[in-house]
Amino acid sequence: MKSRIIRSLLAILALPLPLVASLGGDITSVQSDQAKLQGTLRSTSTDSYTLHEIQASTGVTVKEYVSSAGKVFAVTWQGAFPPDLRQLLGTYFDQYSQAVQAQRSLRHGRGPLLIQQPGLVVQVAGHARSFWGKAYVPQMLPAGVHAEDIR
Amino acid sequence: MTRVHLQGILAVSLVATLAATVGCSGGSSGGSTTTQSSPPSNVQSITVNTGPTAGPPYNSPYVNGAFTSVTLCVPGSTTNCQTISGILVDTGSSGLRVLSSAITLSLPQQTGSNSSPVVECFPFVDSTVWGPVQTADLTIAGEQAKSLPIQVIGSSSFPNVPAGCTSFGPAQDDLALLGANGILGVGNLAQDCGTACTVSGASNPGLYYVCPSSGCEVTAESIANQVPNPVTLFATDNNGVIIQLPSVSGAETSITGSLIFGIGTQSNNGLGSATVYTIDPSTGNFTTQFNGTSYTDTSFIDSGSIAVYFLDPNTTGILTCLDFTLLYCPSSTQSLSATNQGMNGATGTVNFTVGNADTLLANPNDGVANGLAGPNPGGFDWGLPFFFGRSVYAAIEGSSTPGGQGPYWAY
Repeated sequence: MKSRIIRSLLAILALPLPLVASLGGDITSVQSDQAKLQGTLRSTSTDSYTLHEIQASTGVTVKEYVSSAGKVFAVTWQGAFPPDLRQLLGTYFDQYSQAVQAQRSLRHGRGPLLIQQPGLVVQVAGHARSFWGKAYVPQMLPAGVHAEDIR
Repeated sequence: MTRVHLQGILAVSLVATLAATVGCSGGSSGGSTTTQSSPPSNVQSITVNTGPTAGPPYNSPYVNGAFTSVTLCVPGSTTNCQTISGILVDTGSSGLRVLSSAITLSLPQQTGSNSSPVVECFPFVDSTVWGPVQTADLTIAGEQAKSLPIQVIGSSSFPNVPAGCTSFGPAQDDLALLGANGILGVGNLAQDCGTACTVSGASNPGLYYVCPSSGCEVTAESIANQVPNPVTLFATDNNGVIIQLPSVSGAETSITGSLIFGIGTQSNNGLGSATVYTIDPSTGNFTTQFNGTSYTDTSFIDSGSIAVYFLDPNTTGILTCLDFTLLYCPSSTQSLSATNQGMNGATGTVNFTVGNADTLLANPNDGVANGLAGPNPGGFDWGLPFFFGRSVYAAIEGSSTPGGQGPYWAY
């Protein structure tokens, strides 16, 4: 996995309060959600975006990728338990849920998910006590940012 | 299908005591007298087939699901018992979960604060199950887990799934959605949650609830009250399991294998020449190398995954199926190899094939498909096809075995 963007970090900031943004949401609109996850926040910036890394109180690490225009274009998560996907995916949660159900209605089965739709990509993987995943809106990726940069 | 099978009580009275005592099968571990044709008391038959939803009205066959049956009794009773088939054997989770629709017994409800019923939201990777925690005596093969907390999925007594539960993923609380009458989690974990669920407040991940009539709220649940890996409650053979399945070529109707309890506890469950791969005790994962890249601490072995899930189309160059993006559909079968590496440094090559899922699944009567594979970006999920032609050992965390202390995998 490439990390050229991460390696080109310009700044490491310590923000006073944790934020919780939803995919596709506006960074300025998420202040009201900041109490949702009680944890620590670390923010880093690149030329293309700001990465907010939240260590939630449940041990889940959430990363939110915010464009210079202030839009959350990607989120990732990793931890012993799943995160609140309704919160993280925001208005995309229903689209995600419907896509999962559509795939599962075609065939039974258990396993990781790779949902690829024109306006939404969601990857979910893991097992009991180890869950990880990421979601992004392809059209919202800033110029020069690739899907594999979101980790 | 009409096989929402509750096959009556398994009336195997091994103990030839007085007046025809009907036992809950098998007899307690160590105490059973072997009968003429019985397998050893730590061996449970498993079958990979299309499962309990293959026929009408569901007409929705499962593939690569390893099914078995369990016998449940009301705690302390040897007559108020029921055998339930179509239970999926899952090394990716721990704990016994059974659909409410498959249970005819009246099992005691676990209660928490203010004597309110305890109800669980258990997250799988792609779904959740919701339902009350109840207690049963479990018999499987010759093993017994007495007063075992289990999750009863989809109980009509608790119809409203909290939003905090569905936020983990969509609920699969009935037979049509689950494709099984229950899930027998016999993985590396001793409990389904662990210490994280024993605390109150914001750090509780929200698996256990108490549900007074006023509504459900997340609760702290002690280790002893959590839904455990049932193997840990056996009197013996309680340090892990072995899954043995025959080799498979392409698609087949069904195969039969064994779920063997204990590692190195009896003459039939020694490690033999198997290699031990220890896992990260906090994640349950190990490392897999593929095509010169190391995927660190993101690989695992999971009998409950129907395919070998690995990496993604961009990395593998293998396309997913057109209408079903959860599986690969290469134009011709690919023969690949990867190297698994345990935390202990043990390494071993795994050869596997990636077939065209549309072709492999063309016949709805086929319940087994070697070569079934799909994407799992960033790592390897060695699902049921990995088990074909192998003896796979899952050692439980904190338990002693001849191969060292669990958790580990061996094969």
